[in-house]
Amino acid sequence: MSNLIIGGREFTSRLFVGTGKFRSNELMEAAIKASGSQMVTMAMKRIDMDNRNDDMLRHIAHEGIQLLPNTSGARNAEEAVLAAQLAREAFGTNFLKLEIHPDPKYLLPDPVETLRATEQLAKMGFVVLPYIQADPVLCKRLEEAGAATVMPLAAPIGSNKGLVTRELLKIIIAQSNVPVVVDAGLGAPSHAAEAMELGADAVLVNTAIAVAGDPVRMARAFAMATVAGREAYESGLGAVADHAEASSPLTSFLL
Amino acid sequence: MFSEFLQTHYDWDATTRQIMAMTASDVERALTREHLTDHDFMALVSPAAAPYLEQMAQKSKRLTEQRFGKTISMFIPMYITNACTNSCVYCGFNRHNKFERVVLTPEQIENECKAIKALGPFENLLIVTGEHPTLAGTDYIAQALRVCRPYFANLSIEVMPLSTEDYSRLTHEGLNGVICFQETYNRNRYKVYHPAGQKSKFEWRVDGFDRMGQAGVHKIGMGVLIGLEDWRTDVTMMARHLMYLRKRYWQTRYSVNFPRMRPSESGFQPNVVMTDRELAQLTFAFRIFDPDVDISYSTRENHEFRNNMATLGVTTMSAGSKVDPGGYATYTDSLEQFTISDPTSPAAVAADLRALGREPVWKDWDRVFN
Repeated sequence: MSNLIIGGREFTSRLFVGTGKFRSNELMEAAIKASGSQMVTMAMKRIDMDNRNDDMLRHIAHEGIQLLPNTSGARNAEEAVLAAQLAREAFGTNFLKLEIHPDPKYLLPDPVETLRATEQLAKMGFVVLPYIQADPVLCKRLEEAGAATVMPLAAPIGSNKGLVTRELLKIIIAQSNVPVVVDAGLGAPSHAAEAMELGADAVLVNTAIAVAGDPVRMARAFAMATVAGREAYESGLGAVADHAEASSPLTSFLL
Repeated sequence: MFSEFLQTHYDWDATTRQIMAMTASDVERALTREHLTDHDFMALVSPAAAPYLEQMAQKSKRLTEQRFGKTISMFIPMYITNACTNSCVYCGFNRHNKFERVVLTPEQIENECKAIKALGPFENLLIVTGEHPTLAGTDYIAQALRVCRPYFANLSIEVMPLSTEDYSRLTHEGLNGVICFQETYNRNRYKVYHPAGQKSKFEWRVDGFDRMGQAGVHKIGMGVLIGLEDWRTDVTMMARHLMYLRKRYWQTRYSVNFPRMRPSESGFQPNVVMTDRELAQLTFAFRIFDPDVDISYSTRENHEFRNNMATLGVTTMSAGSKVDPGGYATYTDSLEQFTISDPTSPAAVAADLRALGREPVWKDWDRVFN
């Protein structure tokens, strides 16, 4: 499996994980470890940034892990940009998962505000990973605005529904010049494998691991599925045919 | 405004009859749906759903874990005055109750903040006042918010209904959430319980939620007081009110509360007593109806019941609460608004939650978003 490069940093794991919803910080830490993830996102609103010993952060910030603070809670570009600046100062990283979801029920990202914030943050030197709709045009616009990746959703966040946006993801992957990270809605390792087989560069998983009966084993399962999907993609998947290939082709008369 | 919508669309008695006419097949249908209607909700709170309590608990637990994870958000209330011009028949703060009223000064409020921070790592504070437009008006509330702001990441208020302009002004002072209990949606009976003061105006109170939404309040907390009218009808009206608000104020988060009336100084006894089984049914029904709504339990509920429900649908809890103004630091023996059932310390509540496989979340907001 080839390595993934984002913001000048090289990652051997293509599984990104989130830190919400775990039943304890200790269990979250063990699950991150089992996932082998090197990119871990956390909501800055959950962290007490004045406290160097914040319990949640203490269980995330380990050697080899790129912290990916996210702006969950921001409802517009202004709030997100302010939050990003605070996060950069508090966590000492330019990496930022840009989340702007003014709709608190389905947590669907606001495309207009996300594009505006990406333009500003990229100019300020952030490595911006925006969470967005599986909208191919928006992905191109974000790329032009300076996004380091695009993170289209597979299905509404936390829904575990898998690749509901499959057809759009295929177009996004085919067109993108930046890594495509499929985010949100992946409920089972098979969903992660499928996203990777389609050619996604990485996947981000939170709920399916955090809420599993055994989050540590589930994290391991997602890690294996992510590798399996990527290996399959890189080794060249056979084409899927809807019909049998005729042994006497229609063109046999053309000698 | 919702008062008109309620008048045009929903009749109290017809709703009660509809709920009582629900059958097992209505309940079963409701349990298979992904997006529920108010009809489905009525089935789930009806007597016909009682035999389905276990299935409801399973679904409620699953939906709660999916949306909120294995966490419980922690908050603490701070009563800053019990001055009140209302005469609600069930409330200890009733203006006819003769006792010395307390209005905390900014210095006293700051001492309360410090005392709360010594109790536990609270970041969600609920500031509570009686309803007194002159002694506890918008200026006083704004001042309290300014004093508390440096100590807490998230500030909510539970005060008299305000105008849109006042909600908007307080939002600019760092206010995040507003809780207001309608108490009952039975317009005809409302005045029996709330005979005087501003609170006697049903429309002003019920339309307060539209005003909060218009002012851009981030989080709106709703509630009916269980013990006044038929609870099944009241919570159905609240569910409809929630649907109405969600469609209009879609950027707002919502929470629901179902406080069961407890004995108070006034000696008013509940008309209806809700059993633990019924409260569990209601909690599950609300979760299944609206997987995203915050469901809050206060220290009115006893320790054991709270613990049992903590994994099944509840998402927010208070702990270590004092329900008298100045109760944390200033006056430790003034009159309480109601009697609390769970005096367990925040650290002990947190330890209980951890033992139940739930992470207590103290901070889930940051000042930067204000």
